[in-house]
Amino acid sequence: MTIEETEKEITEEFKLFGNEWEGKYEHLIDLGRSLPLIDNKYKTDDKLIRGCQSKVWLHSEIQDGKIIFTADSDAIITKGVVALMIRVLSNHTPDEIINAQLDFIDKVGLKEHLSPTRANGLVNMIKQMKMDSLAYKAKT
Amino acid sequence: MNSTIKDRVFDVVSVRESFPILSKKVNGKTLVYLDSGATAQKPQTVIDAVDNYYRNQNANIHRGVHTLSQEITVIYENARATIQNHLNAKYPHEIIFTSGTTESINLLAASFGKKFLQAGDEIIISAMEHHSNILPWQVVCEEKGAVLKVIPISEKGELLLDEYKKLLSSKTKMVAITHISNTLGTLNPVKQIIELAHEKGIPVLIDGAQAVPHQKVDVQVLDADFYCFSGHKLFGPTGVGILYGKEKWLNELPPYKVGGGTIKMVTFEKTVYADLPLKFEAGTPHIAGGIGLAAAIDYVNSIGLENIQEYEKELLHYATGKLSAISGLKIIGNAKEKASVISFVIEGIHPLDIGTILDKLGIAVRTGHHCTQPLMEFYCIPGTVRASFAFYNTKEEIDLLIAGIEKAIKILK
Repeated sequence: MTIEETEKEITEEFKLFGNEWEGKYEHLIDLGRSLPLIDNKYKTDDKLIRGCQSKVWLHSEIQDGKIIFTADSDAIITKGVVALMIRVLSNHTPDEIINAQLDFIDKVGLKEHLSPTRANGLVNMIKQMKMDSLAYKAKT
Repeated sequence: MNSTIKDRVFDVVSVRESFPILSKKVNGKTLVYLDSGATAQKPQTVIDAVDNYYRNQNANIHRGVHTLSQEITVIYENARATIQNHLNAKYPHEIIFTSGTTESINLLAASFGKKFLQAGDEIIISAMEHHSNILPWQVVCEEKGAVLKVIPISEKGELLLDEYKKLLSSKTKMVAITHISNTLGTLNPVKQIIELAHEKGIPVLIDGAQAVPHQKVDVQVLDADFYCFSGHKLFGPTGVGILYGKEKWLNELPPYKVGGGTIKMVTFEKTVYADLPLKFEAGTPHIAGGIGLAAAIDYVNSIGLENIQEYEKELLHYATGKLSAISGLKIIGNAKEKASVISFVIEGIHPLDIGTILDKLGIAVRTGHHCTQPLMEFYCIPGTVRASFAFYNTKEEIDLLIAGIEKAIKILK
């Protein structure tokens, strides 16, 4: 599935909840619970995404030219948002990740997680995922 | 004035009508604003004062010969007098307009440090200070080779006064302490803290940002050498604050910022600075802010700080009882003397998650470290949820908060 296709899939999934925040957040929390967890050995301070009220650890590695992301967070809603990002971006090539537009965040009504009062947690996470991709691209 | 206020009955319904924003809907729900510790809402009289300034009074102060300028200068200086009276300062020129508490402390730390600090000197702060009362002192200590000493606190969130006494020495050059903790709500015994410092001839700054909205402050009774607060937490505009300083101290201190308005005479070789308070007020000030702040003080006094204090005590008691009954909820900060600020954590749930769900219910609280990271470290927590109440809040709103927290727990656990 391409990044755009996954984005579309998520947008459709969230449409079921309409404007009902509760269902949307419950779904997000469920997603958070199913997040493929980062290996404990990578849950170190240098894997922390800065500028977030909650802690987010992000680890990336390359397998067959594709980047695999794993992560964890100490806040469950944040974890849900992280799970969405991983579902969209993980297992893609560095170029695909670098060029991803990620319009789905606004479309599923989670753009408040991009606001500066969230201390830019998600913004910094996206930045980190793209930076990792750039780093892998430079190596190849 | 106080005798007439005491006779009044505190009517929260009519009080709420004075604050236009309180009838606003947020996320489809009527706003429950429990974040007055971050910034307080503004009554109509403050909004009108700011509006009226720009509509009818706008001119620069202390400069023009024209009528508007003269009129607004009188109004601005009257605002200073209102603040002087409110704090019971001895002179109006002991009231310095700043942009807020943060600038007040930066001003004092920089000016005081420049003149009085030397290598090996010590500044005493406490473990419950806001970053704004840590960083300016840290910077000046680094510059001068001075040392920052910290009064520890108890698990309950009270200052350990015996430790404070031990820290006071001939090396101590300043004590800078918060009046009320923004995170814990602890009301510190500042009068005693000042007395102890004065016994050794040490000046004291009190950070009153969280105190002035909740209680009457008399700088002469406290005998504070410096006292500062922000207008916006006292129901006034943002971007304006106060540094009170005793005349003898302010006269000793060099200017912090220099520029227009701070001088008597300038040549390229030498400048003679103006007298107080203008020496510390470089550039065109936040005129609307100063006038708005005076309007806020008039408003608060029309209700009466004694009435406010009594009412908020009731809110605090009610909220503490209700919150304590929630399973897994732990209140952080259980000092005997507290203002209407409650921080709490819930076992197994991140404060940010609670805050996010409460926001969806139209309830505004603050989450995070509240600019007191050393305090979070002390309690070994990532942050707290903080509900801070003002006199426009009600028991019904506390009930909504409790219901909101219970709902959040259900969703998040």
